[in-house]
Amino acid sequence: MQFSFDVILHNLPYMLGAARFTLLISITGIALAIVLGTFICAARIGRSRVLRVLSGLYISAFRGVPLLVQLLLFYYMLPRIGLDLPAMPAAILAVGMCSAAYVAEIQRSALQSIPSGQTEAAEALGISPFALWRRILIPQALRLGLPSLINELILLVKVSSLASVVGIGELTRVAQNITGQTYRPLEIYITAALIYFVINFTLSQLGRYAERRLALT
Amino acid sequence: MEFDLFLRYGPDLLKGFGITLLCWIIGSAGGAALGFVIACLMRWSAAPVRWVLGAYIELIRGTPFMIQLFLLYYGGPYMGLVLTPVQAGITSFIVYGSPYFAEIFRSGFQAIPPGQIEAARAIGISEFTILRRIMLPQTLVLITAPLTNFVIILSKETAILSVVTVPELLFQTQTMAAETFTYVEPFLALSLFYWLLVVLTAELGRRIEIRATRHLKRAASST
Repeated sequence: MQFSFDVILHNLPYMLGAARFTLLISITGIALAIVLGTFICAARIGRSRVLRVLSGLYISAFRGVPLLVQLLLFYYMLPRIGLDLPAMPAAILAVGMCSAAYVAEIQRSALQSIPSGQTEAAEALGISPFALWRRILIPQALRLGLPSLINELILLVKVSSLASVVGIGELTRVAQNITGQTYRPLEIYITAALIYFVINFTLSQLGRYAERRLALT
Repeated sequence: MEFDLFLRYGPDLLKGFGITLLCWIIGSAGGAALGFVIACLMRWSAAPVRWVLGAYIELIRGTPFMIQLFLLYYGGPYMGLVLTPVQAGITSFIVYGSPYFAEIFRSGFQAIPPGQIEAARAIGISEFTILRRIMLPQTLVLITAPLTNFVIILSKETAILSVVTVPELLFQTQTMAAETFTYVEPFLALSLFYWLLVVLTAELGRRIEIRATRHLKRAASST
């Protein structure tokens, strides 16, 4: 079977249309993961014992259960308790909340690898807790955690393909459908891979740019 | 719930779990080793090597695992590379994981103040000793959590190997579901197996983290 560019050209508009949904899930999912992950990380390392236990449970549960199962739970089980979510918010919520658990762990490890002497020195100098976080801890933690964070966000983009199980026609599902019609798996899947690559490459370049901005030198 | 189903299909599920474990452990260890080598080469080798490795990282990280697996297993024979499903699964697992591991190691290396390395060089410590005695111990503090995260993610990605007919856990579960027309029992068993893996991995990661951060704790408690 010859490699056919016609198949790709003919189906590209449909695939790009589907990539919109992939992008929408990814971007809102990333925002949710970072915001929620930060709060969970704060609860995890904070003073309150109750919050520490709760956030530990959250991380264990969302990391321990496969995302596919989480998605099905959000979409099919929440309506049973009176929370009827449409497919798209359910997918975004599941992807974002799962990723938040991983983000929280990344931020915790970044914060904890800052030598405690710095905090002690800041306290000894009478620097306020707010300034300590804003000027000393957060800038360093951002720099230390960034590569792992980008790793996780790239995984989030790829895992958005699972949203197809709640009926969203995102990129992977549409690629499967087109393959079913055209019997051209090689061309279609390579195109899908390229579209994912463009999204993820943008993400990793943004990460590199941020890393350069935050670098020590 | 029909519990006698577990008795009948228990051996198959355990066999599948064994293959999941095999692919996961070899894949993670191989991926971590390859990732470590890449991270070291990215730091110490000439520019052309770095460009090639940079492209490798972006390309493998930017494309979905399933497509890489398809290309290796179904596309490989066109290039004379015929692999059994398990071989293809493990190989693509190692390749897929390596750039993520490389990035995690790179983030660890970068976190070490350059002054330490310059000081070590100035007093004549060899590059290998710098890596082993100065960089790795400090790196471990930062990277244990991301490494645990990623190894957990890999444990769940082994499920994708079922699409090229590797008889791993999901494959056996689906067989069980299809033959008995039950869905709750097989997938309950599947979730338990994966949860077991994740809990054990998280606990292992926690232990390593406690060991790796001993020096920080000691400094804090002595004040």
